[in-house]
Amino acid sequence: MVAVNPDTDIGVEIDGEARPIRVTLSGAYTIHTLTEVGRRLDGLGPDIVIDLGRVTRLDTAGAWSLLSLRSRLEGGGGTLSLEGTTPEMDAVIETVAGALPGATETHDEDEGRTLADRLDDLGRAVVGGGQALMGYAGYLGLFLAGLVRVILHPREFRLTALVHHCGEVGLKAVPIVALMSFLIGIVLAFQGASQLRQFGAEVFVVDLIAVSILRELGILLTAIIVAGRTASAFTAAIGSMKMREEIDAMRTLGLDPTTVLFVPRILALLLMLPILGVIANFSGLVGGGLMSWIELGISPQMFQTRLLEGEHANHLMVGLVKAPFFALIIGVVGCRAGMQVRSNAESLGRQTSNSVVAAIFAVIVADALFSIFFSEIGV
Amino acid sequence: MADRETVIEVRGLRNQFGDHVVHDGLDLDVYRGEIIGIVGGSGTGKSVLLRTIAGLQTPAAGQVRVLGTDAFTADPDARAALEARWGVMFQDGALFSSLTVRENVEVPMRAIGDLAPETARALADLKISMVGLPPNAGDKYPSELSGGMRKRAGLARALALDPEIVFLDEPTAGLDPIGAADFDALIRGLSRSLGLTVFLVTHDLDTLHAVCDRVAVLAERKVLVTGTMQDMLSVDHPWVRSYFHGPRARAALDGAAAGTAKEED
Repeated sequence: MVAVNPDTDIGVEIDGEARPIRVTLSGAYTIHTLTEVGRRLDGLGPDIVIDLGRVTRLDTAGAWSLLSLRSRLEGGGGTLSLEGTTPEMDAVIETVAGALPGATETHDEDEGRTLADRLDDLGRAVVGGGQALMGYAGYLGLFLAGLVRVILHPREFRLTALVHHCGEVGLKAVPIVALMSFLIGIVLAFQGASQLRQFGAEVFVVDLIAVSILRELGILLTAIIVAGRTASAFTAAIGSMKMREEIDAMRTLGLDPTTVLFVPRILALLLMLPILGVIANFSGLVGGGLMSWIELGISPQMFQTRLLEGEHANHLMVGLVKAPFFALIIGVVGCRAGMQVRSNAESLGRQTSNSVVAAIFAVIVADALFSIFFSEIGV
Repeated sequence: MADRETVIEVRGLRNQFGDHVVHDGLDLDVYRGEIIGIVGGSGTGKSVLLRTIAGLQTPAAGQVRVLGTDAFTADPDARAALEARWGVMFQDGALFSSLTVRENVEVPMRAIGDLAPETARALADLKISMVGLPPNAGDKYPSELSGGMRKRAGLARALALDPEIVFLDEPTAGLDPIGAADFDALIRGLSRSLGLTVFLVTHDLDTLHAVCDRVAVLAERKVLVTGTMQDMLSVDHPWVRSYFHGPRARAALDGAAAGTAKEED
């Protein structure tokens, strides 16, 4: 007799001499012990009698393993009979037998993927990408139409919402944008100084900083930060409204989501991004000037004089003219991703991260196109 | 009833959130194998009671003994052993959204060291079929299921380790009447055939009539009264009267009576 804890363990006694083979179980025949029983009974047959008289607990997993044993034995022409079952055990076995799913194999979908399947996937991805581009164009159109409508019907315009979003998008982004740009100015001055010193051309560090910050980095990095902050915020806000059917509720109340949600947000970005760009330019120049002073001894007055002599005004214009385009990209990407959210939280999370990636990517692509354009027209 | 084994014993329970006292001096006994329905107005702390017994909420005072173990002073091992003996179905199923239904049901089984993956898979399919889901539901993700199917899948996960007690939070809320009646029958059938003790929080009078052996009414921060549905009809308390004698209660009672009569034919 094996000492068993009747609540957690199982004792298996096998009388292999008897015909049919007699198995006496004692203790708990449950999901915790069925592996043990399966191991002991493996290969026995063809006819088995199992005595459950001393089993204290039989759960559905135990019943399932009895039934699988029975189907294995009967498949080989044998039999399984049970003895000493209580009415409760019979009820469990009956429930499990009634619920046993048919032998359906629904997986293995990944096997046998042919070249045609892969081409099919590629084709779908390309078409999907094309449709996404069309979608962005569609949302740009919606925004412009909404803008025209509020110009024609100023009473529909939501000034409070615009001011609120300007604060969220613009004012609250000032510290991070200014700090980032200040640090970039320092890095540029430091790296530029160590290179230009080799040629004794330290003073050109001013032009290096001015051109790179004003023309490219100030506005590009601002747009990237705003894309990370604001595109995700737009997607999360619009997406959670979409999820809770608030947008459908708006439509039934005769409110147009374009006017109520998109126009104030994108317009706020359009207004704020150029201002943030100017702030970034200024603090970048301050950072660069400070570093030039420390590292190269170029005094602030000299930096200023050199800056004004250099005719950097058109660089400033080239930089700032990109701001509204970046703002449109970020806003449209963020709003569209929000509207793509479906009724579960998972899609909200996925769309939010998608919108950040898509917005940053699109901003960089647009910047590259602008670079080519400006160099072609020779500005 | 008194000679039956008590599986849940709540004594002097006090729950409060800041100044807001939800339960004060709440006592409740639940006996093995019964289906107890917890009812009460909104804000009387039905779900809080369920969460407290299931160990998700620490009470300010009082004692909760489940299956003979004190749920709040037990050491972590005893507590883990206890948790394996109950299952909880949350209101919307609370399925893990990144896993398929089958994988959701397999999650509790992973704690069992020597269970072969094929066995876990087969047992998960068994549970999925026991709660009345079609076989192909196992490969679906929770977002692809309807509300009723998510509840069933949540029940399958709660039943994964064959618990002795199942906690159900509003099992029929948001289901159409046919789906709700099916779910009632499912709970009753499983409870009878597997000897489950069911702790059920509900608003649904039809569910109370169809499945519950006993009803406990929460009001005035404690369990005001417990008893069968018939007992409830004779309780003289304003809330209990309006709940069990209201027009909807009457309709549910008539429906239940008609159902019983039909079965007897």
